[in-house]
Amino acid sequence: MSKHHVTTVINGEPVEFLCESQQTLLDVLRDELGLTGSKEGCGSGDCGACSVLVDGTLMCSCLFLGVEAEGHAITTIEGIADGDKLHPVQQKFLEHAALQCGFCTPGLIVAAKALLDTTLNPTEEEARYWLAGNLCRCTGYDKVLRAVMDAAAVMRGEASA
Amino acid sequence: MTYLDKASLKVVGTRPIRPDGVDKVIGRAAFGADMVMPGMLWAKVKRSPHAHARIVSINADKALKLAGVKAVVTADDFPQIKSEEAFVGEGPMNFRDLSYNCMARGKVLYDGHAVAAVAAMSPSIADEALDLIEVEYEVLPHVIDVEDAMKDDAPVLHDDLFTSGIDPKPTKASNIAKRIGFAKGDMATGWAEAEVTIERRYTTKPVHQAYLEPHACVVSAGADGQCTIFSSSQGQFMVRAYCAKLLNIDIANIRAMPAEIGGGFGGKTLVYLEPVALALSKKTGRPIKMMMSREEVFRGTGPTSGGVIEVKLGAKKDGKIVAAELTLKYQAGAFPGSPVGPGCMCGFAMYDIPHVNIVGYDVVSNRPKVAAYRAPGAPISSFGVESCLDELARELQIDPLKLREINAATDGTKAAHGPTWANIGYLQTLEVAKNHPHMQQPLGPNQGRGVASGFWFNIGGESAAQVHINEDGTATVVEGNPDIGGSRAAMAMMAAEVLGIPYERVRAVVADTASTGYCFLTGGSRVTFATGMAVTQAAETVVTDLKKRAAMLWDISPEAVDWKDGKAYPAGPNAGSFEPLSLAEIAAKSGRTGGPINAEISINAQGAGPGFATHICDVEVDRETGHVKVLRYTAIQDVGRAIHPSYVEGQIQGGVAQGVGWALNEEYIYDKNGRLDNPGFLDYRIPVASDMPMIEPVMIEVPNPRHPFGARGVGEVPIVPPMAAVANAIADAAGTRMRDLPMSPPKVRAMLDEQDPPRMAAE
Amino acid sequence: MPRVNYTAPTTVDEAVKALASAAGLAKVMSGGTDLLVQLKSGRLKPELIVDTKRIPGLIGIREEGGFFIIGAATPGATLSDHKGLEHAWPGIVEGADLIGSTQIQGRASLAGNLCNASPAADSVPAVIAARATCTIAGPNGRREVLAEAVCTGPGRTTLEKGEFIVEFKIPKPKARQCDAYLRFIPRTEMDIAVVGCGVNVTLDAGGTCTDARVVLGAVAPTAVIVDDAARALIGHKLDDATLAKLDAAAQAACKPITDKRGTIEYRTKVAGVLARRVAAIAFERAATR
Repeated sequence: MSKHHVTTVINGEPVEFLCESQQTLLDVLRDELGLTGSKEGCGSGDCGACSVLVDGTLMCSCLFLGVEAEGHAITTIEGIADGDKLHPVQQKFLEHAALQCGFCTPGLIVAAKALLDTTLNPTEEEARYWLAGNLCRCTGYDKVLRAVMDAAAVMRGEASA
Repeated sequence: MTYLDKASLKVVGTRPIRPDGVDKVIGRAAFGADMVMPGMLWAKVKRSPHAHARIVSINADKALKLAGVKAVVTADDFPQIKSEEAFVGEGPMNFRDLSYNCMARGKVLYDGHAVAAVAAMSPSIADEALDLIEVEYEVLPHVIDVEDAMKDDAPVLHDDLFTSGIDPKPTKASNIAKRIGFAKGDMATGWAEAEVTIERRYTTKPVHQAYLEPHACVVSAGADGQCTIFSSSQGQFMVRAYCAKLLNIDIANIRAMPAEIGGGFGGKTLVYLEPVALALSKKTGRPIKMMMSREEVFRGTGPTSGGVIEVKLGAKKDGKIVAAELTLKYQAGAFPGSPVGPGCMCGFAMYDIPHVNIVGYDVVSNRPKVAAYRAPGAPISSFGVESCLDELARELQIDPLKLREINAATDGTKAAHGPTWANIGYLQTLEVAKNHPHMQQPLGPNQGRGVASGFWFNIGGESAAQVHINEDGTATVVEGNPDIGGSRAAMAMMAAEVLGIPYERVRAVVADTASTGYCFLTGGSRVTFATGMAVTQAAETVVTDLKKRAAMLWDISPEAVDWKDGKAYPAGPNAGSFEPLSLAEIAAKSGRTGGPINAEISINAQGAGPGFATHICDVEVDRETGHVKVLRYTAIQDVGRAIHPSYVEGQIQGGVAQGVGWALNEEYIYDKNGRLDNPGFLDYRIPVASDMPMIEPVMIEVPNPRHPFGARGVGEVPIVPPMAAVANAIADAAGTRMRDLPMSPPKVRAMLDEQDPPRMAAE
Repeated sequence: MPRVNYTAPTTVDEAVKALASAAGLAKVMSGGTDLLVQLKSGRLKPELIVDTKRIPGLIGIREEGGFFIIGAATPGATLSDHKGLEHAWPGIVEGADLIGSTQIQGRASLAGNLCNASPAADSVPAVIAARATCTIAGPNGRREVLAEAVCTGPGRTTLEKGEFIVEFKIPKPKARQCDAYLRFIPRTEMDIAVVGCGVNVTLDAGGTCTDARVVLGAVAPTAVIVDDAARALIGHKLDDATLAKLDAAAQAACKPITDKRGTIEYRTKVAGVLARRVAAIAFERAATR
């Protein structure tokens, strides 16, 4: 069972890695590439803590084999901010205290960014259903939703960053 | 010194960004599984597929022959330690039980009980090796349900367990570990006075804390006996204490580093992996990394108890409750130690009742050993009591808030479990609830409204903290409580307030066991209270020193120096005429005035103020499917003083959401063989974003005079009222009383069918 | 996860060859959202994973003649984005859209959902109700079967060794024909269906049903086509009497089990409830098509 050589783009940078067939993209990110921002909360696609974008589409990296990444562009939580400038979703998570333990936060932020990439005018209900695959046990989702809706307003130019 | 005058506060009560926030929104914060050590191996645990079985043999030969496998450990690799009560975690614990819980010895006591562990070059090899470890079991009869476990003919888990609290002590071993009781007044008098009595039975299922981060650690045991542990827990000192005891290691030989913790809610107040990883590290001479899967978290770690709650209330027609009885039977899991004690104490703690009798049983059965979960024990007994109060209110035709008001404990009330209340804010929560606009919102068809209250003691305990003044005039706060929900911010805010400098000039660090004085774990809603008190006192000591330094520079007496807004001033015209000296100026000159400026304070904080809350919940019931939707939720709580209001609100909102999950869908489901049937987030159904409405927190501030800023613990009481609030709302919406949690759709529909003969001809 | 081999063929023939020649268990992976979970839990221990997503046509939707041709590995998110399909068969899109979270939608496919052979698969009832067929490739060439002929029981299909589904062929709706799908779950998202129901109806200009298919999920070892329920609808408008008959027929067709997701009694009752609710939506839609 020799390893696969995979050529991909991660957070805008060309990246090559070797992986075994059974290693998930999450395993590769965390254990081979040192990108530990994506978290494993369940390993079965039920919690969303490992959310990444693959060619812009939101996915659970725990249900995606590393070898499948060949030729695809991956965005992880480490690639959401622009250098030291936080994405509006990140900034609003801080301002609204939308995190307590912070473990589900990377996945929620990647998922919320994916939502706002699709629509800048989500209703609260749309945002709740979009984020239903991102479990948070600390916040009761209230401040998370406020942060996401406020970030959307910033991105629409209606609220201050 | 106290800072109870809210108007004078500049930092406390504001909402700054938490110091660890940026790392957590960009994915840089290091949680338990995020650390690596050079040359480390990966280890995994082999777990029992049986609920109760004797371990006949364990053969690891095949596993050890697999290329890449480095070592296997079983109970034989752990010292046999004696039975001894432990006081290092939250709730009752015995060191020997914990050792057996980490690695089964002789018998497995639940599905998921650890029997062996393997260390290998990669996670995949470790996985394959698990299948090659051969364990021969002699399967024994098992018992899951708490009342089944109490029966005379029940399979007995421990042949050395004799019920305590019964006189004379039984001579026959049983699953009832303990019977406890609390009494006040005279029951016969109470029942004689009662004009209306109501007697009900309620049941709850075990529910898991379901923190999003599975347990994880990276450890290294050196050839000289020195060990390093990096792990996610609610207390690095707790990890150190348990590992030292379970493996016979001197405490000085263990350095426990706190990882960021991805949720705990009480569930990370004990150890599972760390002792096993240390044993493997000793055996292999290599660092070891271990992470649980989600399935392992559900099967192998502690949920809280399920229980039976029997309530009897006697009242006058005017609503005054004169007699109350409560019987609680709590599952402890495989080893004694359910939170039945606090369950008993919290049941009637909110009410002023003259005649009270409370009995509780701690019962073992073939389930994972329970762990603390947010206000341990209280939500279970309160579900019963607060539901029963609602039933009484309906019978007496008294508004449920009014009934609570009539019977509310106030300052001077003596609770059945002993204390006499002072400076409590329960009545205020009822008053605010009564007048809240939520109570006036009209309800539609199949919608209903419920209210319920809750209580939690909150605790203090041992804490140490340091405040260092840096040479540029910034300050560093060092303490030893893992930051589970924004406590670094609260610590920095209190220090900044005392020092009189901006919040951004103070940074708080959670240090390892070698870098700060002892702190009892993060639990019991104690950190802002107890560690906050230590931080405040350390900052005050620093201020005293700063004044002394200014006095030296001015060559006047320290008593002639005032400290205000981060600057030293001459205390008055008699002190002399000097330009104020800022903290930064004094710090820059500290070399000339006696060296570095810092202070460390170690305390055993007393005087934690109890927390009271009243919740209002609206639901809509789908009568055809039994689905219950929470429409609106308001949680009113006495928070003492909100140091960082956003994180106080967050505690309230999070507790409510967990309570709603407990009320509606969460439960441990066992098959007939005693195997857990839903060990994953797919079928252990915690609330998702689309299940919840916004949750309105209403903070009442009745300052706790025993804390410098008036803080009370706020994290636990919010999970106490929701189950009854939801049940009472369902009763209001559908006219059907749910007395068995969870109130899942099949059960609600079944109750509706009982109440309401089916309408469709074919049904 | 234990070790396994992986291949990503770029032609149907290569995929068939890989599947047919594997010494041990070979599993087709499209979205992988069920397969990888089963691998991790140890329920499945395949020797080989054959990833079909790099085969041209396996992802994508095209319209050919009177049909929508949907590549077997097309993820749910792509179905939701296809305006033509969503207008024609909103029920099929709803079913696919209900498989898991937004994240799962980026991966989960109709073929995976069907071949995983869970009785509770959300996309299956509406696909069957639309009389979709599957094109199956294998060592003996291609064959076309009705979607309902693929599953025989939980985890069991009629696919032979070396075979896999290449595409789904779904006839376009006739005038005043439309569908709907609803499922019942304890939460609002993220659960497996306790009961699922797809209804596909054709109405005449007066709103009377001329053709119908009612398919229930999660109430029997496979999705169930309830002919009696269809008969209850055909020739009628959606009045109370019709709804009562539909409800009764749906309940009568249930052969569910009691498990952690629901009891026999509960599933049976809810099947009737859902059949009524779904039929109401399907009728309303069909009337406007």
